[in-house]
Parts: sequence; structure tokens; C-alpha cells
Amino acid sequence: MTATPEDRPSSSWSLMASELSVLFRRLRTWAMLLALAAIPILIAAAVKLSSHPVAPGRGPPFLDRITQNGLFVGVTALVVSVPLFLPLTIGVVAGDTIAGEANLGTLRYLLVAPAGRVRLLLIKYTAAAVFCLAATLTVAAAGALAGVVLFPVGPVTLLSGDTIGVGESVARSLLIAAYVAVSLLGLSAIGLAISTFTDIPVGAMAATIVLSVVSQVADNLPQLEWLHPWLFSHYWLGFADLLRQPISWVSFGNNALLQAGYILAAWALAYGKFTSKDVLS
Amino acid sequence: MTEASPPADLAIETRGLSKQFGHRAAVDGIDLAVPRGSVFGFLGPNGSGKTTTIRLLLGLASATSGNIRVLGGEMPRQLAAVLPHVGSLVEGPAFYPFLSGAANLRRLDSADLHASPSTRAARVNEALERVGLSHAAGKKVRAYSLGMKQRLGIAHALLGPRELLVLDEPTNGLDPQGTREVRSLVRSLAAGGTTVFVSSHLLAEVEQMCTHVGVMSVGKLVAQGTLHELRAAGQATIRLHTPDVEAAVRVLSRLGLQSELSAPSAGSSGPDGQSLVSTGSPGHDVAPEAIVAALVADGVRVRGFGVENASLEERFVSLTGEGFDIAG
Repeated sequence: MTATPEDRPSSSWSLMASELSVLFRRLRTWAMLLALAAIPILIAAAVKLSSHPVAPGRGPPFLDRITQNGLFVGVTALVVSVPLFLPLTIGVVAGDTIAGEANLGTLRYLLVAPAGRVRLLLIKYTAAAVFCLAATLTVAAAGALAGVVLFPVGPVTLLSGDTIGVGESVARSLLIAAYVAVSLLGLSAIGLAISTFTDIPVGAMAATIVLSVVSQVADNLPQLEWLHPWLFSHYWLGFADLLRQPISWVSFGNNALLQAGYILAAWALAYGKFTSKDVLS
Repeated sequence: MTEASPPADLAIETRGLSKQFGHRAAVDGIDLAVPRGSVFGFLGPNGSGKTTTIRLLLGLASATSGNIRVLGGEMPRQLAAVLPHVGSLVEGPAFYPFLSGAANLRRLDSADLHASPSTRAARVNEALERVGLSHAAGKKVRAYSLGMKQRLGIAHALLGPRELLVLDEPTNGLDPQGTREVRSLVRSLAAGGTTVFVSSHLLAEVEQMCTHVGVMSVGKLVAQGTLHELRAAGQATIRLHTPDVEAAVRVLSRLGLQSELSAPSAGSSGPDGQSLVSTGSPGHDVAPEAIVAALVADGVRVRGFGVENASLEERFVSLTGEGFDIAG
């Protein structure tokens, strides 16, 4: 028909760009990122203003190190955010992917454009993954900023006892952020899959968030120990390995593999549902 | 298209198209034939299956049984090739309330693989201008009135050069001025060669815009054809005033009309004749003047003559039953 082949790459990118711009032009997205950024700032301010030094081993991991080295603020904030705050925001974004469009009624217009159902799923998932990275980086960056402003910054002593310079510690922080972002990809895929089943975004968001809580609760029940390695949240806090010298990639690899498994399964579900779905919204 | 090509003159063609929701048939074996270049009014009461049919045509929902061809392409198999040539408004406009009107159009246009990004801004502006929304292009859709959203929805359907427009209740929420504008827009699009498939529950609207009509009732297509055919299928009533009643009845029955003397009332009978009421379907070939000529040729003194075609309204009420919104 009328389209020329050279239109395709740019047009396909065009929907991706549009998807990201819609996501990041929403007030809601910025509110969530701001709330995430507030976590490390809150932690840093609380530690700074507290008259008592933090006793080692109390509070979240790494908290006691913040006063010695501001670079730990970001890591501490990530530890605090991983169980609830990050899954909360991921649940909102991933649960909204398809159900949100259905709820607005724009889903039918995207499909008759035609966006293509599989292409739309891919783009929606990519945008959710970009948000995972943005959310994690927001926490890490706000933490680094608060740490630099409020605390001394210097070489970091790793869990293995080795000391690394500021440059490498920034690289390690980014690595940890990447680890957390990867950790959340499985949950994003689950949210996407749930989102194809309903026209009510709040329902998909809540279901996604509840699943992340259930997974973590199950991970804490010794009776379910056989199940633990299969829970998508199992490696969520396993990034301590990245603070050793040399870096141990075992948990990164295990985590990535587990997330990939969840992504595949959730995608199969989302694909099966969405490609055959009657869009009646 | 690779298949044996269907009659090239149909923009939409369905065969035995059905859609079940549970045990309820929302669309029940319809055979639509929408000629290219026509303005096809898809008429029916609310809940008669119009929107479901449109969803099936556009590949949003899958048919339980039956075949669909849109612009010669089999749906939904050739959806990706067909839909770029189809503009649509389905079950009301839908937009992102937090984006401006223009940003909404750019967003939806970017979903079309065939839409060129380099002409996007120009096409968006043109479409907005066409529906008279240029002044509100930068305003968030949240602040739009229902009528403005409806216009934006129509603008969205006009974003590219379209061979077929599917407009579901396009005048919903528009004021009389807006309704007139939509009507003239549809006419100008049709004049440019675009086939327009417009659904409505308002008879008056269809009567003023359309060349062809399909009537839906409880999931079935109960009538289909040109507006003229549909009118002609209704009964015409002829009122004749003549002193030569017997001769007149003879002539009229030859033309396929059943006659009876109208109930005597003041002025209906007198020294100058009686009133005769004939009903029937004389067909297009028997024009009123031909009837009069036949009467006169047989020596009937015609002192008064009138033809009343059954109004489309009566025709549609008889096709779709009670509850049909004819208020216009």
C-alpha cells in the first residue's frame, strides 16, 4: 500500500518515543519519582540530625556507615526501597500498561491505528523497564547527592575489607542500581500480564503489588524453603556480593536468570491473552 | 491482495458475520455490503449490535463466525495492511486527559506504522483545522467539552488520507451547529471519494447524510440498500378525488394499488365526487404523473390527487419495533 519501507524504522521508534513521553509527562510518574528521591534524602537528614551515632548492626544494612562515607546513602536507600517502595511504583506503572489504555478507551484507537498487538505489548513492556531503571537510578542519584552534601566522601571500605576509590565506588553504586532494576523486571512483566486481563488499572496495580508482597512473605517462611529459589523476590536484596573485592557475580547471574524466567512466563501469558482478546473497552 | 479478489466496488463486505457473548448473539449473521464511494448509514436502536459490528470490522473483537472484507482485505488477517487506510471513531472519542489535543493526535498517529513522522505535525494541524479545533490545539483534553472531544475524535479519524471512514455516532454530544458541520464534513469527504460508514440511532441524521442505509435490529441486519430503495419499499398512499370511483379503482388495481373509499366525512363526498385512498407499492417505475395519466386515459375525471410516501420513520419503526429513537 502507500507506506514506503524506509518509513518503518523511524515510525516504530516513534511510538516508543511517544510511549516514553506519555509516561514521563504524567504528573503521577513524577510524583512517584519524587517520592522515591525523598527516601535517601530522608535517611540522610535523619542520620545527620540525630545526635546519637548509629550503632553498627542496627537499622537497615549500611546505615551505620553513612556518617563515615556519604556514598553509602544511596545503597542504604536502595535497601530500604526494594521491599516496598520500588515494587509499589513498578506495580503502578506495569499494572497501568494495558489496563490504563483500556480504561481511557485509547487502547482501541492504538489498535486500529494499527499499532499491532504484539508491538504494543513490547513497547509497553520496554517503557515499564525504562521506568524500573529510572526509579532505581532516582534513588541512587538522590542518595549520592544527599550523601555528598551532608557527609564526608572518600574511599569506601568494602565488605571484603578492601578499599576502593571514589570513582570505583560510584561505579559500584551504579552496578547495584542496575542489579535492583534487573530485579524488578520480572515484577514488571507480571504487572504487564495482569494488565492484559482487566480494564481497571487500579485492580492490575493492586494485584501486582500484592504479588510482590506475597512473594516476599513466602520468602520469609522457613516452611516454604523449597519454594524460595523460585520466588521472583528471592534475590532482591542479594546485591551485597557487588560490594566485595573481587566482585562475585553469582547472585547477579542467578537473579538475572530467575527474572528472565519470570519475564518469559509472564510474556507467554500476556501474549496469549492480549493477542486473542476482544477489546470492548 | 493475494486472494481471489472480491467485487471491487465494495468497501465493506461481510458474510454471515456473528458475534456471541456467552449465549447472547450481539451480532447475528449479518451480510453487509457497503459500496465504495457511498455514505452508508448504519442505523439501529441502542444495543442493536452496531458498535459490536464496528469492533468486528476493525479487528478489535474476533467474530464467532462469518467473514469480513474491508477495502478488499480479509479481516482480521490483513488488518495491518487494511487499517492504515481506515479512519475511525469507535464508541465515542477517547483521549489522554493530561495531554493537549494536538499531543493526543500526535500520540495516536505515532501508533500507525505507515504514518510518516515527518508530516505528522502538518497532518495534525490540518485535521484540527478541519474540525474547527485549531484554537484549542494546545489545551489539555481534560478541559475539553464533550463536543470538543467529539470533534477531536473526528480529527483523529482524518489524520491521514483515508479510503474508508468508520464513524460511530459522530454527532453525539454536538450542538446543532456542530451536527451541521459534521454533516457537511461527511459530504465533502464523500465528494472526495472516501467511503463513509456512519452509525447512528438518529434517523433524521442518516436521512440527511447518507446515500445507503443498513438497519440493525436485535443483532440482525433487517434492511439494506439505497435510501431511495428503502423509501420505495415502504407503502405509498395515494389520495384521489373523483366522481368516477369504479373506473378509478380498476385503473389503480391494474397498477398494483388497493383502493378503498375513504371514510365519509365532511367534504369527502358530494356532487363533485368521492375521495379514494389507495395503498400499495407502485414501484419506482410508476411515477405519480404516470398514475394520473393512466387515470385520465381511462376517462377518470381527476379532481384531486396526492401521493404520500410512507415516511422513512414509519418504515424504520416497522423494521426495528418499539423503543426506536426517532426523536431526531
